[in-house]
Amino acid sequence: MKFSPQTAPLPEASNSVRRVMLTVLLAMLPGTAVAIALLGWGVLINILLAVSAGLVAEAAMLSLRARPMRPAIGDGSVIVLAWILALCLPNLGPWWLPVFGTVFAVVVAKQLYGGLGFNLFNPAMVGYVVLLISFPEPMTRWGPAIDSSGSALNFMQSVAWSFSGVLPSGVGYDGLSTATPLDHVREQITTGASIHHATQSLFSGGSLAQSWNLWLSLAFLAGGALLLWRGVIRWHIPVAMITGVLVMSGFLWLLDSVHHASPLFHLITGATVFGAFFVATDPVTASTTPRGRLIFGFGIGVLTVLIRSFGSYPDGVAFAVLLMNLCVPLIDYYSQPKVFGHKKSEPIK
Amino acid sequence: MSDQPLQPIAAPFSFHGGIHPPENKTQTRDRPIKAMPLQSRYVLPLQMHIGAAAQAVVKVGDRVGKGQVLAQATDFVSASVHAPTSGTIVDISSHPIAHPGGLSAPSILLQADGEDRWAERMTPWVDYQDISPAQLRGRLREAGIVGLGGAVFPTAAKMATGQSRVPTLILNGAECEPYITCDDRLMREQPEDILRGAAIAMYMIGAERCLIGIEDNKPEAIAALLEASRSDPRFAVFSVPTRYPAGGEKQLIKVLTNIEVPRGRRASEFGLLCLNVATVVAVHRAVTFGEPMIDRIVTVTGEGITQPENLKVRIGTLMSDVVAEAGGYRSGVDRLIMGGPMMGFALHSDEVPVVKATNCLLALRPQDRPAEPAPQPCIRCSLCAEACPADLLPQQLYWYARAKQFDRVVEYNLFDCIECGVCSAVCPSHLPLVDYYRFAKTEVWAQEREKSKANQARERFEFRNERLERIKAEREAALNKKRQALAAKTAATPDDASAAPAHSDAFGTHKPASNGTEAPASMDAAVEAARARAKARREALDADRAAANEQTPVQAQQEQISKSDRP
Repeated sequence: MKFSPQTAPLPEASNSVRRVMLTVLLAMLPGTAVAIALLGWGVLINILLAVSAGLVAEAAMLSLRARPMRPAIGDGSVIVLAWILALCLPNLGPWWLPVFGTVFAVVVAKQLYGGLGFNLFNPAMVGYVVLLISFPEPMTRWGPAIDSSGSALNFMQSVAWSFSGVLPSGVGYDGLSTATPLDHVREQITTGASIHHATQSLFSGGSLAQSWNLWLSLAFLAGGALLLWRGVIRWHIPVAMITGVLVMSGFLWLLDSVHHASPLFHLITGATVFGAFFVATDPVTASTTPRGRLIFGFGIGVLTVLIRSFGSYPDGVAFAVLLMNLCVPLIDYYSQPKVFGHKKSEPIK
Repeated sequence: MSDQPLQPIAAPFSFHGGIHPPENKTQTRDRPIKAMPLQSRYVLPLQMHIGAAAQAVVKVGDRVGKGQVLAQATDFVSASVHAPTSGTIVDISSHPIAHPGGLSAPSILLQADGEDRWAERMTPWVDYQDISPAQLRGRLREAGIVGLGGAVFPTAAKMATGQSRVPTLILNGAECEPYITCDDRLMREQPEDILRGAAIAMYMIGAERCLIGIEDNKPEAIAALLEASRSDPRFAVFSVPTRYPAGGEKQLIKVLTNIEVPRGRRASEFGLLCLNVATVVAVHRAVTFGEPMIDRIVTVTGEGITQPENLKVRIGTLMSDVVAEAGGYRSGVDRLIMGGPMMGFALHSDEVPVVKATNCLLALRPQDRPAEPAPQPCIRCSLCAEACPADLLPQQLYWYARAKQFDRVVEYNLFDCIECGVCSAVCPSHLPLVDYYRFAKTEVWAQEREKSKANQARERFEFRNERLERIKAEREAALNKKRQALAAKTAATPDDASAAPAHSDAFGTHKPASNGTEAPASMDAAVEAARARAKARREALDADRAAANEQTPVQAQQEQISKSDRP
């Protein structure tokens, strides 16, 4: 009897790329829900726009590159990319912000490098940084979508604002947007004032406008716990990155607590927790060795605080991630684990 | 104490990574070993082992007895091939063998006469302690014993450790591959034979203790060996957690002793020797009864087999006959695997013989396994690195193998890979990683061969140049001498007419004997020198001819290329 020769016969892997990506999406749901609850429909609009644009861009690039469409779209990686990018964008930004950012991320940072698995830089962060550098003003449009009377913009009002910049009568943009805590601190530092007020209001019953970071961080922490539990990510990068943030900010804070925010402030504001669990852990662009992951995560943490404290942008996670992405081949090479048998063994008598 | 239920020792250490795939052993674990009836035809490949192929010592038409040597081991690392039954040699030619590429290999075809009559057997050595270890090794070599765990390394060579004494023998009864139960059955049915074989092996290497490692999913086998060894304190039975590949030699050694045997080193350097349980039974049979290795136990299983069995199969039996003995295929079988699902390989056909490495025949139908998803890009999730029992970084190896950056692949320790398949099994992108590693290994080997060939060619070339120069220099020196002699002669002739045999100077390079007593010696030297010169000339001619022959194809190619270049 003749048989068709096949490659190595192996038991079926129950895991798949698709499953990994779906788990990441699932893990982002709590944070996404909290973001929508606190910041309004703008968050959801950003996500919908980014995901749609991402799918279209991915499909277009795959067809240009003459690559099979179904497996690449079906793995869900482009949805994860778009979703992560959308969560980084200001909730009161214009519609073209997520669209442009995602298209750039998919076309340049992902597909031009060869598609999933071949990109050197985290595509979502590339998209974010391109937006930040190209459109600094729209990228600051953060704030609780609550008008002066205390009621939030409804979904249709949010859509109208996003697409045409029209607000309901009686609502002014100034009433909606607020500087983020990191923006506030930056402003205080540049004017040489104390940052005491900004950091204080975050914890001691400050306005909702300033404490949404805390709730978001907790929600993303819960999602991160899910990823750890499901084995999608390993503990090394989040722990090392958060340690890096705490160590660097603690050092600066101890040197000069008037002009530097406390480690706790750095931990809770900005994209620290989200970045630690969802951005820095992107397996494609992160280090893959256990020791390498510790170096990689710690580097991101330290750079994040340095960029926040001394750079010209309020948050530094995106830049820190991209800079450390650049170091990954080097880190991986020099952090190889000891291979079996390369540890010394004594003969037995 | 002897009344207490015997308990195995829990394995004290562990190895990195590993997985626990579905065991699938229930189909055959309760099927006793059944001897296959005699077949009419056997095919015996000359190479069923690691090392040099055996050389046929019979001709077509020879009548042979059971156990007679058909092909002799040719090297230190080689194993003889024996007749599985009595009959006639009908052919010695290339025959399809079990090979991932579906290749054929030189084989001896034996037509059985049905008498199953033994040839003259080797002397049984019941009191093996009267025989020297070297002689016993000779017996194993003569009997064609190879490791039956899968590597089929000649056991005689393995036991020639070069150490005066190897204190610990490890018996590998882990059998970690899914589906396979042949060692399990052997341990349950023949524990005494195993211990007897182990005792012989211990005597041969000077061991004073024997650690038996068995995965804890085989409680009956553990109990059988505990019971059989209860009166002998040299034996210790260890229960090893069921985790593939605990049965890999290095992994088992690590689990039992915490010693990591590095690549390129032998376990005996660490005071250890590891043998499979079936191998020591073969050792016992070869020493105690003088029986060569002419059969082995094969687990015939899988959802595609009508009646899964453990069969005692004579080496050389066609796999189609073995499957028929197990009730044949169920309809829809599309894959036959030799070995287990982790390390085995798919066969092109079942018209190939069972060899010494055939521990399992696994027949599968498509409906019994999920559809195989197409490979997707590596996302560097490093699940493979976490599962790798050799602590490698399979994702990096894959990356560099794919890019054909073989120097990098070597730097990332490709040659520490034991090809256990764990990385492929956990890969969410369903990449056939082991295939990439095998490919990279063969490429690196090919490169090394090329390099050494090039080095040889360069050395030969340099040697030839040197030789030609030397000959030229010698010729010139001779010519000079001649000229000088001629000059001296022309200078001397007018004055000295008594130099009678002067003409010999004109032809010879040596001075004529002026002193009678010296003559024979210098004559001898001259003859010697002439002979040496002639020899050198002959050799030079041969070498030139060889070089010319070697260059010919290249030159021809170059000529062809230059021809084809022309418009």
